[in-house]
Amino acid sequence: MTKKIKNLNLNFGPQHPAAHGVLRLILELDGEVVEKADPHIGLLHRGTEKLIENKTYMQAVPYFDRLDYVAPMNQEHAFALAVEKILNIDVPIRAQFIRVMFCEIGRILSHILNVTTQALDVGALTPSLWGFEERETLMTFYERASGSRLHANYFRAGGVHQDLPAGLEADIAKFCETFPKIINDLENLLTDNRIFKQRNVDIGVVTKEDALDYSFSGVMIRGSGVPWDLRKSQPYDCYDQLEFKIPVGKNGDCYDRYLCRIEEMKESIKIIKQCLSKMEKGPIKTFDGKITPPSKKDIKQSMEALIHHFKLFTEGYRVPKDEIYTAVEAPKGEFGVYLISDGTSKPYKCKIRAPGFSHLQSMDYLIKGHMLADVPAVLGSLDIVFGEVDR
Amino acid sequence: MNNLVDLEKKINSELGTKINSSEIKHNQIYLEIDSEDLIDVVLFVKTNKDTKFRQLIDITVVDYPERSKRFKIVYLFLSHEFNQRMILSYDISENEVISSLTSIFPSANWMEREVFDMYGVSFKDHPDLRRILTDYGFEGHPLRKDFPLTGHTEVRYSEDQKKVVNEPVKLEQNYRNFDYESPWEGTKYIKELADSNDKKN
Repeated sequence: MTKKIKNLNLNFGPQHPAAHGVLRLILELDGEVVEKADPHIGLLHRGTEKLIENKTYMQAVPYFDRLDYVAPMNQEHAFALAVEKILNIDVPIRAQFIRVMFCEIGRILSHILNVTTQALDVGALTPSLWGFEERETLMTFYERASGSRLHANYFRAGGVHQDLPAGLEADIAKFCETFPKIINDLENLLTDNRIFKQRNVDIGVVTKEDALDYSFSGVMIRGSGVPWDLRKSQPYDCYDQLEFKIPVGKNGDCYDRYLCRIEEMKESIKIIKQCLSKMEKGPIKTFDGKITPPSKKDIKQSMEALIHHFKLFTEGYRVPKDEIYTAVEAPKGEFGVYLISDGTSKPYKCKIRAPGFSHLQSMDYLIKGHMLADVPAVLGSLDIVFGEVDR
Repeated sequence: MNNLVDLEKKINSELGTKINSSEIKHNQIYLEIDSEDLIDVVLFVKTNKDTKFRQLIDITVVDYPERSKRFKIVYLFLSHEFNQRMILSYDISENEVISSLTSIFPSANWMEREVFDMYGVSFKDHPDLRRILTDYGFEGHPLRKDFPLTGHTEVRYSEDQKKVVNEPVKLEQNYRNFDYESPWEGTKYIKELADSNDKKN
């Protein structure tokens, strides 16, 4: 007698702690082996691009915080750079250092979250408890500079919104001294941990060729041994004045990607230290009065400044007709903004290129033939945040 | 090739008639082609040893409702070897079906699905052309310029029917779009008046 065996279709998420947000993954299982994965995304789609088309350039910045909400300022950076390039304005050097410093803080924020939650997904609870304490410290730095812990809205075309408050630089320097110890602690818990290695080594292997074909970027491509980092290859702001290394993996599996992230955090600390030592007092945004709002003091005294203030916060500044693609190395990979301006104060089109979108698309390729229990491990190492995937 | 100018020359000489126009701007190369030449051009820039645009960064569309060829399809490419970026584009009319790049770049799959979802542009030979970002059963294409910002329907949980229901959007206050755009440099006639006064003095 023959028995008819049917493959099982399993709904993974959208409410699942290992789905990292609102991912609905439809898995076709043969026993415990995954035959096919079909991610359904869009549950967090908010129409960011449509909204940006209807807002002025300054009002568009907060939407970028809400994309990859784990490292908000890195996204703002891409947009600010795109607008600056079209307007052809120079950013004062202090503002460049502040921006780079906060981008690296964002990178640490994102990598702590990813490394620790990936450990959580494969069964280790402690790293997340230790890591999140550090994230809290970093978010207070965000708060002291911008006024809010997460949705910073701090970068502007031409610089940053305001100067750092007194004492913040010293506190960040202090953090740079204590944080390497925390990374060591995390590494002690995970790097040679037998269970962590069993769950991650040789899981979700990406070859060099496939990494290119699937449009991978960031840690996903470096983990596979491609030395590619936009901070080095197409330096923006003051990255060309800073010294840092690019960690590259060898095997392209989940474990190598974890190691890359750990090393990147150490490099970020180096970058932050260099920024702090090279930073000098000076202006923090461009002096062009048609782009930068006047100071409160000027508004009280000068009619011209008052008019400029009014116009900047109602109409906004105008951006000449142009078309540009600008990308930055966000913690998750290449985050790009494709901007078309038409001479008015609102973007005609603003396409956001999110790294997570192309990473998640390869889920089927990565997970085929793996066990069901490997799904959270692979998903964790992809570093998915739904704010940017769904936009 | 590491030099953008050489690269532009190379592409123009190799592909000749297929390139309608090319331009170098912001350290990137902008190419315009015809929709039927897409596959040829992409295969060439991907495989040629002097171009090697081996990564497709993104596909997107720009909507110009007033033009007869309404949509401008944009492809962004990156070459790791030569550290170059290329922006490839062509115009199509509203109901034109265009070729899919999925056979050349597997990553084009979702990007084309997104274009289909957001703009309603269809691709031939696409393995799985479904909506991707919008809700199941959504109607319309949100990023077209004639789609209202508020959308057409809103969703809520109905206590009576014990299920999620779709209803036409009801707003307490209409969406207001102020026209702030006014002469920024001061009104022209005042400027002219001041200039002529200067000349007189």
